[in-house]
Amino acid sequence: MADARTTTLAAKPPGFLARALDSDVWASFTRSKLTMAAAAVTILFFAAALLAGLVSPQDPFNPAELELINSRLPPIWDAEGQRPFMLGTDDQGRDMLSAILYGLRISLLVGFMGVAFAATLGITLGLLAGYLGGVTDTLIMRIADVQLTFPAILIALLVDGVAKSVLGGHLDPATTLSVLVFSIGLSFWVQYARTVRGSVLVEKNKDYVAAARLIGLPAPVIMARHVLPNVLGPVLVIATINLALAIITEATLSFLGSGMPDTMPSLGTLIRIGNNYLFSGEWWIVAFPGIALALLVLAINLVGDWLRDALNPRLR
Amino acid sequence: MPLFKNADAARETAMLAFTIRRALQALGVLLAVGIIAFAMFRFAGDPVNQIVSIDTPAAEREEVRRSLGLDDPVPVQFGRYFLRAAQGNFGISYQFRQPVAQLLIDRMPATLELAFCATVFALTFGILMGVYSALRRDSLLSKLFQAVSLVGISLPTFLIGILLIYLFSVTLGLLPSYGRGDTVRLGWWTSGLFTLSGLKALIMPSITLGLFQMTLIMRLVRAEMLEVLRSDYIRFARARGLKTRAIHFGHALKNTLVPVITIAGLQLGAIIAFAIITETVFQWPGMGLLFVQAVQNVDIPIMAAYLLLVAAIFVTINLIVDILYTVVDPRLRSTLRQPV
Repeated sequence: MADARTTTLAAKPPGFLARALDSDVWASFTRSKLTMAAAAVTILFFAAALLAGLVSPQDPFNPAELELINSRLPPIWDAEGQRPFMLGTDDQGRDMLSAILYGLRISLLVGFMGVAFAATLGITLGLLAGYLGGVTDTLIMRIADVQLTFPAILIALLVDGVAKSVLGGHLDPATTLSVLVFSIGLSFWVQYARTVRGSVLVEKNKDYVAAARLIGLPAPVIMARHVLPNVLGPVLVIATINLALAIITEATLSFLGSGMPDTMPSLGTLIRIGNNYLFSGEWWIVAFPGIALALLVLAINLVGDWLRDALNPRLR
Repeated sequence: MPLFKNADAARETAMLAFTIRRALQALGVLLAVGIIAFAMFRFAGDPVNQIVSIDTPAAEREEVRRSLGLDDPVPVQFGRYFLRAAQGNFGISYQFRQPVAQLLIDRMPATLELAFCATVFALTFGILMGVYSALRRDSLLSKLFQAVSLVGISLPTFLIGILLIYLFSVTLGLLPSYGRGDTVRLGWWTSGLFTLSGLKALIMPSITLGLFQMTLIMRLVRAEMLEVLRSDYIRFARARGLKTRAIHFGHALKNTLVPVITIAGLQLGAIIAFAIITETVFQWPGMGLLFVQAVQNVDIPIMAAYLLLVAAIFVTINLIVDILYTVVDPRLRSTLRQPV
């Protein structure tokens, strides 16, 4: 008896962490140096954004800390550079490093929330279209088809313009942020809806769904509790790649002047501001936010590509 | 009993049916976009407020409302909007106080010339780089092309534009950083293709706009070439003792071009829409810049008209590519008679 018990204990399945470290996905991660570097850069950026309040030398949103005498200082390795402004200052005496750290936070916030919104909308509509079929399916997928003919940036700009018109001219930063999240969500839901619908069409003919129907579960419960968990795999990959796209879209909108205002700048806003100083020789005001944005997007893209290949055995 | 006298007539009828079905689908898309454009025009911001001043009495407002037909049933208003739009009347811009159609027409040549140059740039360099990196897979230059394509896909368009301006305008002082340069009037069309300053002004915006498409075409040509070079008829051509050059360019490249032209055609619409960003970076006086300014100033008539115009361009290009595809590739014709 005692022996039997120990064998059951020994045969206990390994924990989540142990399984994750032993999996193919982890193995393919450790094999690719480029992916590891990209993941490290991504984590570094996330950490910097989270800890912006602690690590940045200055609070760029506090006018009391800004001194005009410090304006337009070059980076510290330049002869005219001054401590503590490592990457120089902008026209208002704002420390570029601090502005970038806080801008990174806004960019990532809008990116994450936009992707979350797009995914929620897309998954819900895809689930409904695939599971209910019929008129619902036709209607949702036709809208998706029409929207797919337009680039996301055009739709985001339109939504932004309409929202401004409905809410009235000038918006405070918090509302602008919500409008941005809303417009990014509306421009990127189609891919989720299509993918989820495709998986649902496969899943809904399986025995476990028939069994759930047989015991009389209502359709919403079957969709949310039984079908949904089985179709989420591909969504994770799309979400990672979309995070980079959402960050680019936000930066583009802010660069075009339809995004975050100067008082609460994202990386795109910082680049738009810096672009005005390109010709007067203050290259650092545009260069450092630009480099930060490019590195961030490149790193997330590389991680996303790796995730796509690792989770999709057909591509291996 | 055969329904048609011969196979040719049958095929022609199938082609016609296919064309009509695609055209109807295109009209459906246009109608859907039209409803959205109308809804924006009618419900996002009251058109009356744009015409009268703040202290206009209510009775006068009602008068304006009636004269604009805004108290008619909504379907009637939609019908009227659609009829006017079909005749090229998109209303009056709030900020410029001019007909929207005229504003768009004035700026159309700038955008179309930019889109054309960007496409030529993307096709030329995309195909060249794609062929080279397929034929010399492991050479250093191929690896460089791969790196460039990764950058082209990852970098936001506006950053590429700023980088080019910094390099060629600020540092080297070679190229103008904004505007179209000198233009020549040809009827209602203004062209920058015939003056030196116009051509110089086109270089950087075209590269900025075309870079993404270039990387797309390069990847496509490379993948297609690698696929084709492995096929039996290339091996057979080698066995016949044909020159390598003739095989690569006469046989292999020719067969990769159909998908390339399809993608390039479909991307033309995307190029026109992405011109919004490029035109803002280079202050290029085209439709995209007009649209960005309209969004900032909440000029709904311009936004609605631009949406309809872009939809019309997209739908037309898709239709042409669909039809051309069946003409170019006979294999697709056999599937025509099956309902899509």
